[in-house]
Formats: sequence, C-alpha cells, structure tokens
Amino acid sequence: MTQTRGIDYGHAVRDAVLAGMVALLVFGPITGLQLSGYEVVARMQWPLLFAGIVTLGRFCMAVWVQTEAGERSLARMRAKRSGGVTVAEGKGKNWQQKLVPFALIGGLALPFILMDNRYWLTVVLLALIYVLLGLGLNIVVGLAGLLDLGYAAFYAVGAYVLAMGAQYWDMGFWGALVLAMVFGALLGMLLGFPVLRMHGDYLAIVTLGFHEIIRLILTNWVSFTGGPNGASAPLPTLFGLEFSRRAKQGGQPFHEFFGIDYSASYQYMFVYLILFLFVVAAIVFCVRLRQMPMGRAWEALREDEIACRSLGINHVTVKLSAFMMGAMFAGAAGVFFATYQGFVNPTSFTFIESAMILAIVVLGGLGSITGVVIAALVLIMLPEVLRDFASYRVLAFGIVMVLMMIWRPRGLMHIVRPRFTEKGA
Amino acid sequence: MLEIRDVSASYGPIQALRDISITINRGEIVTLIGANGAGKSTTLMTLFGEPRASSGQILFDGHDITHVQMHEVARLGIAQSPEGRRIFPAMTVEENLIMGTIPVGTEHAGEDMAKVYELFPRLKERRGQRAGTMSGGEQQMLAIGRALMGRPKLLLLDEPSLGLAPLIVKRIFEVIREIRAAGTTVFLVEQNAFHALKLADRGYVLVNGKIHLSGSGEELLTNPEVRNAYLGGGH
Ligand SMILES: Nc1ncnc2c1ncn2[C@@H]1O[C@H](COP(=O)(O)OP(=O)(O)O)[C@@H](O)[C@H]1O
Ligand SMILES: [Mg+2]
Repeated sequence: MTQTRGIDYGHAVRDAVLAGMVALLVFGPITGLQLSGYEVVARMQWPLLFAGIVTLGRFCMAVWVQTEAGERSLARMRAKRSGGVTVAEGKGKNWQQKLVPFALIGGLALPFILMDNRYWLTVVLLALIYVLLGLGLNIVVGLAGLLDLGYAAFYAVGAYVLAMGAQYWDMGFWGALVLAMVFGALLGMLLGFPVLRMHGDYLAIVTLGFHEIIRLILTNWVSFTGGPNGASAPLPTLFGLEFSRRAKQGGQPFHEFFGIDYSASYQYMFVYLILFLFVVAAIVFCVRLRQMPMGRAWEALREDEIACRSLGINHVTVKLSAFMMGAMFAGAAGVFFATYQGFVNPTSFTFIESAMILAIVVLGGLGSITGVVIAALVLIMLPEVLRDFASYRVLAFGIVMVLMMIWRPRGLMHIVRPRFTEKGA
Repeated sequence: MLEIRDVSASYGPIQALRDISITINRGEIVTLIGANGAGKSTTLMTLFGEPRASSGQILFDGHDITHVQMHEVARLGIAQSPEGRRIFPAMTVEENLIMGTIPVGTEHAGEDMAKVYELFPRLKERRGQRAGTMSGGEQQMLAIGRALMGRPKLLLLDEPSLGLAPLIVKRIFEVIREIRAAGTTVFLVEQNAFHALKLADRGYVLVNGKIHLSGSGEELLTNPEVRNAYLGGGH
C-alpha cells in the first residue's frame, strides 16, 4: 500500500488498554503479592509498573504497524509465515554445514572445560539427551507427520531396560543400550499397528493413552519395577573399567588404572562423551535417511497419503518404520537418562516429558535437524541460565515461547532439505 | 486389457456406482464422461481399491484385481493422474517425477525423465521449482509426467482439463494422443465431453452411477442425447 492513510489512534488506545489489563492480571499475583512470614503483603506498585510498560509498548506498536515502515515489516513477516520447505541448491555449503567442524570440536572439548563444574556438565548432558529425543520424535512428527503425544513411553522403557537389566540379568550399560533400541523399536511397531488408520487428533489421543498405559504398568508392577520407589541404574564401563570410587568385586576403577586421582566428574564426562558421539552418529543417520527412499517416502506420506499409495508406496511399512525408528532413538535416550541419574522411577516420564519433546520438535521447525538440536539445547539450558531469576523463570519461558510464535511461527529453522536425485535412490 | 464387470461401489450408505461394466482394449483411448457427481472419479478409485467394489469383478491383463491393495495396483502397471492432481507441493518438479518411479525402481529414471521433459518442455524449465508454486496447467503436466515415470501399461486421467486455459487444454489433449502413440493405453475421465470424445476411440456416458450410453467417439459426438446434455446442444 503506497497511499498514506490516517493513523487510527482510538483503535491503538483501545488495544493498549486491553493489553494493560491483561498484563495487570498476569503480573498482579506474580509480582504484586509477597509472602512475608505467614502474611501476604500486597505490593501493587510492581504490577502497576509492568502493566504501564505493557500498555505503553502496545500503544507504540499499534501506532507503528499503521505507519508505512510498520506495514512493510508486517508484510515481510506474513510472507515468512507462508513459506514451507526450501530445497537446498547444488553443492555450495550453507552456514549450517560450515559450523559443523566447530560444533564437533566444541562438543568434544566441552567436558574438559566443564570438568570442575559438575553442575553445568550435568545440565549439558541432559540437554544432549533431549537432542536425541528431539531427533527421534522429529522422524515421527516432523518427517512422517504422525502426531505422537506418547513419545516419552519409549523413553521410559529405554530407561527401565537399563535398570531392570542390571537388576535381574546382570546386564551392563552397553548391552542395555542395544537391547533398549531393539525393544523400543518393537514397542514402536506394537503401537504402530493399531494407529495406522488414524490421523491427527485420533492418533494423538491413542498415543497419549499408550503412554499412560506404559506409565501405569511401571508404577503398579511393584514386584518387578519397584513401582513408585524406582530402581537404580548402573554407570557405563570403559572396556570393563568402572567409574566409581571403588570397583565392585573383581573390577578396576578407571582412575586407578590410569593412576590419576578420583573425581566424580569423570563419570559424567565419560557419559557425556559417549552420548555426544552417539548424537553425532544419530544426526548423520538422520541426514542420510532423508535422502534415502525411506526418508522421502515419509515426507511424501506427510504431504499426501492417497497420492503415495496410488504411486505404489506401502503406507503400512512406511508408517511403522517411522514409529520404530523414532522409538529406537527414545529407547537409547532412556538408557542415557537412567545412567545419568543413576536411578529411574515413573515420575520422570510423565506426559510433560512428551510435551517437552514435542515442543522441541515444533520450535525446531518440524523436520529441521539443526532446528531440533538448537531448540533442545535452548529449551533445556535456558531454565538453568534463568535460575537466578527463579521466580520469573516460568514467566520468561512463556514470554520466549510467545515471542517465538509471533516471530518464527514455523519454528526456529526454515527447513532446508537436500534435493533428492535419481542417483540417490 | 482392463475389464470392469458389473461393479458396484458405495461410500457408507451412499451408493456411487451401480453395476457398471467398462472394457478397455490395449492401445485404445477410452473416455468416461458424465456430469459432476456422476461417479467418474469413484470408478477410477475403485480400480485402486478405495472404495472397494462391493460386487462385480475387475480384471487387468486377465488377473482379478478386485481385492488388490492400492499400493500393489501401481506395481501391476496402472498409474493415474488423480482428481485434483495430488502432486507433492513441497517437493520440486524433479522430485515429484522421481516419486513416480516407485513401481519400477530408478533404473530408467534419467531416460524416462528426459521423455517427460520432451512431452512437457515447460516442466524442464521448472524442474528445480517447488511444485506447489506452479500454475494449474503446469501442475497437471506434472501429475501426468509423474504417472508416466512408473512406465504404466494403463494410464488413468481424472479430468486433466479441469480449470485450465483453452490453449493448455489443447496441449494436454495432444500429449494424451502422443502417449497413446508411444504404446500406453489411456482411460480418460472428463467433463469436457467435446474434446474427450473427439480424441477417444470409444466412450461411455455415466449418469448417477450407471452406464447410460456407450459407443465410438464419433457415435457419441453425434448422439442427440449426448449433444443436448453434454455439448450444450450447440456445436
Ligand atoms: N469420499 C466420499 N465420501 C462420500 N461420498 C463420496 C465421496 N466421494 C464421492 N462421493 C459421492 O459419490 C458420488 C460420485 O462422486 P464422484 O465419483 O467424485 O463423481 P465425479 O467424479 O463424477 O464428479 C457423489 O454423489 C459424491 O458425493
Ligand atoms: Mg470427479
């Protein structure tokens, strides 16, 4: 629009007052009431200040979007929103590929940098576990387009494979890692069969129910899983070397073998390094997958199921394989989580976990591998960074989410996928 | 090559096809014309098993395919450019064409793609473009091209002229003739009865899920009933 229109101030004022009132409602209880002993003290100056800022901000924004510059940037934003997938051109490396070597070196060096900061080491470790979970769910939701709200069920099963395996069959970390992936995939298939004919909302509800079933079994089968009390999980070993201060009978601790002093950080560093390499392998696997017939069948199925089937794609095997592949990732992530905590119990695997992983995939941009990695790191580490602002943590988190939805409604990363060619098939 | 024998099909309580019989011989162009909602698309989809024929039989090359799964039909050598085209909008033209090779594998992909580009030079110009951003005519060309990539013996086309400019319609019908000349049998579903009957060797007229008339293209073109109902009386 080139023609200049008058600015509707009345409208801007109405919007601003409304926003201010909402802000008052939101900030009122959070900042306006303070607990002092057993008394609740009202300090209304804070919420009034915040509401004032919001009102003024909203007014300025309402006026700005009516100016020409504002209209232009609004149009730009709309254009971005309508964009879909971009197909990578030719061979030239994009910025993501250029960053790979730095990410690799940084990732490998990180545990040594954080050696004396065990707290941050564990935070980063947890974030990496979520990267793995995000990559797995990304296959199911992002690529194959199957809305799975029960993803944490496979995560739980993986964790329990390690704990139960160690408890009953003397299984170590490595054996459990393999078994959890196999077991996860089988369970994924089991869930896959009944939900094959379902779409969207129905699929979401059934997967949600599946998650609850698994959680209830873990909680109530007390004689086997230990129920709500949980069970302990072992640490990984390096060619038989253990990471505890004193080895169990016959074993040898890592620090004695190398003649260095014991540090509790070693175990986390070790788990981190295994996990880091595992995540790198998983990313390479995902990137490759997208160029293989299986990966492109997933993406095609997401776009148009009928078209796919009439072209000769067996939607049953394609969907099942997506579920299985995703569940396999979650199984592995569960084993890492169990070993990281040293302990599993059902409260670690509530619906909130599934929601969190889904948030990672959605924020990452549904299908973008780089996006998922960034979203997982940010979503898991941000709350820790914000710990100093403890009482505003959730609020800040919420604001970040809202801003994301405004500025990047399609997720952090615009999906760029490699073009597939005849040769790649 | 294809024999539809007394096939009925329904969507739940709605019966869409009643005892229809259609025969298509190798090398023919056969057209099925009818008004909106007559059951033309349903006829094509019944060949793919959705909706499944509730009675009757479908034979392809002598084999009973009445109960074959949708994805297996493609592997038998039947491909379609479906109603609404159903191309993959987020994929490029070239990727869409590669998706078409699924029934036969990518062994001949390069060669077949060159043939498709020869039929539709426009697609070659647009090969790196996302299919969803193309015009309706280009998308229709792509849908036909994608079907051809599977080297079908029988090509099903569901209203390829729908919503396209006259010049593009003309080009599409020319291409259908070329496709037949190259050895593919064509079953063409159309509302554009005039063009379809001029092109086809034989035709069927579908009314409310029943075959109402059949005959050679010329016979139907001159049939007064057809002229009144589908050719606007004029012509
Ligand atoms: N998926 C469906 N569910 C229920 N009824 C349908 C469906 N598809 C088509 N029909 C009905 O079947 C009849 C035939 O439709 P269709 O084969 O699409 O006709 P045409 O292609 O000749 O326009 C119509 O009455 C239509 O309303
Ligand atoms: Mg139709």
